[in-house]
Amino acid sequence: MAIASLDGASHTPPKTRLSRARQMHWLLAGFLLLTCLASLQIGASEVTLSSVATKLIAGESLSRMEQVILWDIRLPRLAMGILIGGALAVSGAMMQGLFRNPLADPGIVGVGAGAGLGAIIAIVLGGFLPAAFLGTFKNHLIPLAAFLGGWVSTILLYRVATRGGRTSVATMLLAGIALAALAGAVSGILVYMADDKQLRDLTFWGLGSLAGASWTKLLAAAPLIALSFGASFFLGRGLNTLALGEATAAHIGIDVQRMKLIAILSVASATGAAVAVSGGIGFIGIVVPHLLRLATGPDHRTLLPNAALLGASLLILADVISRSIIAPAELPIGIVTAVLGAPVFLWILLRQRGWADG
Amino acid sequence: MTQFRASNIAVSIGRTEILCGADFVASAGELTAIVGPNGSGKTTLLKSLCNDLAYDGSIKINGTDIAELTPWDQAAQRAVLAQSNVIAFPFTVIEVVQIGLRAGTSGQHDDLPMQALRKVGLAHYAHRNLQELSGGEQQRAHLARVLAQVWEPVVNNAPRWLLLDEPVASLDIAHQLQVMRLAQKFAQAGGGVIAVMHDLNLTAMFADSIAVVAEGKVISQGGTRDVMTDDILSRAYGCTLRVGCAPSDGTPFVLPHVAQT
Repeated sequence: MAIASLDGASHTPPKTRLSRARQMHWLLAGFLLLTCLASLQIGASEVTLSSVATKLIAGESLSRMEQVILWDIRLPRLAMGILIGGALAVSGAMMQGLFRNPLADPGIVGVGAGAGLGAIIAIVLGGFLPAAFLGTFKNHLIPLAAFLGGWVSTILLYRVATRGGRTSVATMLLAGIALAALAGAVSGILVYMADDKQLRDLTFWGLGSLAGASWTKLLAAAPLIALSFGASFFLGRGLNTLALGEATAAHIGIDVQRMKLIAILSVASATGAAVAVSGGIGFIGIVVPHLLRLATGPDHRTLLPNAALLGASLLILADVISRSIIAPAELPIGIVTAVLGAPVFLWILLRQRGWADG
Repeated sequence: MTQFRASNIAVSIGRTEILCGADFVASAGELTAIVGPNGSGKTTLLKSLCNDLAYDGSIKINGTDIAELTPWDQAAQRAVLAQSNVIAFPFTVIEVVQIGLRAGTSGQHDDLPMQALRKVGLAHYAHRNLQELSGGEQQRAHLARVLAQVWEPVVNNAPRWLLLDEPVASLDIAHQLQVMRLAQKFAQAGGGVIAVMHDLNLTAMFADSIAVVAEGKVISQGGTRDVMTDDILSRAYGCTLRVGCAPSDGTPFVLPHVAQT
C-alpha cells in the first residue's frame, strides 16, 4: 500500500534533535582528543608530549625515563580514564533509562555497595589469606574482591526482584537500599577492626584514583567494559520505548525482560570492573547523561555513544586536574569529580523540582 | 482467520477473580466496543488480549495463539493505546510517534510519523515537548504513535488491530468524535478495532458490535442494535436504562431512568 496515498502530500521534516545529536558525536570526539593530548602533556615530571614529539621528529631516541613515564605511566592511565569514564557514563545512562529516572546512577543495581564491601573485606581481612595465595595475587586482591562483591550483590538483587520471569525494577531499587544498609553495617564492623594503615587504604580506595593504572589492570577490565559498550548499541531503541512504561514497550515489540537482563548484566560488568580498578568515582554516571539530554534530547540511540565520549573526556580532565593541582602530590580523582559534579547534581534536582512545581 | 478471539478467559489478581470464563470475539472490518460497569473486568479483558496479564484460556489473533508469538510478532499485528500514558524523559511529540514505528517500517517511511500527527490534528506541535501538552493533546499524540505502528490496516491479506482502552476519556466532544472516526476508518479499511468504552451513546454511534462485560463475564455480545436493549444494559449496570432511537437516522441512544416519587 502506498503510504503517501493515505494522507496527502509529503512533508519535509525540519532538522531534528536526532541529527543534532549525531553531529555531537564529532564534537565530543574532538573534545576527547584534546583531553587525551592534555593528559599526555601534563604531569608531575618535566616530560611533555611536545618535548617527546620534538625529539622523535629530530630522530633522537627517548631516554629510559621518558619511555617509562609515557608508556608505563601516562598511557595506561589515559587508556584507563577513557574506559572507566566511558563505562560509568554509559552505565549511568542505561540505568536512568531502565529505571526511568534521571537521578539513577550505575551503582543502583547494587554494584557500589557490593564492590565496597568486597574491597573492605580484602583490605581488612586479606592478611589472613594463605601466604602462597597472597604472594600470587597481592596486587590484585582488592580489585578482585571488589569485582566479585559487585557481581554477587547484583545477582542477589536481581534474584530478589524477579518473580515469575518478570523483574520489578522498583523492588530492585528498594532491595538495593536494604542491601546497601546491610553492606554498610558489615563494613562498619570491619572498619572498627581495621588498623591505621588499613583505614588509610580504605579512605583512598573510597575516593577513587587512576594512579594504580597498569596495562595488566587495563587488560582485565577492558573486555568487561567493552561488553557493555557493545550492548549499548543494541539497547538504544529499547530504552526509548521503555520511557513509555514497561507495558507500552512490550506493546511496541520489545522483549522487556531480556532487555532488563542485558542492561543489568552490562552495567554490573562495566561498573564492577571500573570500581575494581579505580575505586569509587562518583557523579560521572549521573551528570554526563543529564547534560547530554539537555543538549541533544533523550534519544538513547545517540545518548549512549555520546555519554561514552563525554564521560571519557570528563574523567581524563578530572584526572589531569587531580594530578596537577597539588603536584607533585596527587588529589584522589573522586574528590575532583565530586567538586565538579555535586553542584551540577544539585542544579538537576532544583531544575526538576521547578518543573514539577510548575 | 480474521478474528481476535478469546475463549474461556480466567484472570485472578491475588485471590480476587477478575475474569471467570469470559468469551469474546472481534471481527476485522468492525469496531467492537467492550462496555460494562466499573470493576466489571473490561480493562482486564483488554489487557489479556494485549498479553499483559497471566491468564487461563486461549486467545487467538488472526488464527494464531498469542502465547506462541514473540512481542515483536504481536507488535506487527496489533497496537495498543493504554488508558493513561506517562513518559519519563522530555521527548518531543514527533519523537514519541517515531518510537511507535517498528524498526522494519521506520526506514522506509520517514514521513509516516508526521502523517500520523496530521491525522490527529497535532502536526503543528510535532517539535514541542510532549510533557508541555494538555492531557487531551498528549492522548492524541499517543494515538498517533499507535496509528504509526499499524499504519496499514491490512498487510499480506491479514488484518491488523487497534486495541484502545478508553480512547476518548480525556477528550472534549469534538476530539471524541475525531478519534472515533479515525478508529471507524481504520476498521472500514479492513483492520479491526477493539475499544473499551464508557460512553454508551458514543458507542452506539460508532460501534459495529458490542460486548457487555459484567461480573467477570461477557454477558452479551453481538450487533449494536441487538445488544443495546433496556434489559441487557439495565442488567449489566444494575440500574434502569432506557434505549431509544434518534428520529433522524435511528441511531440508538441511552438514557438513565429514575422513578419519580
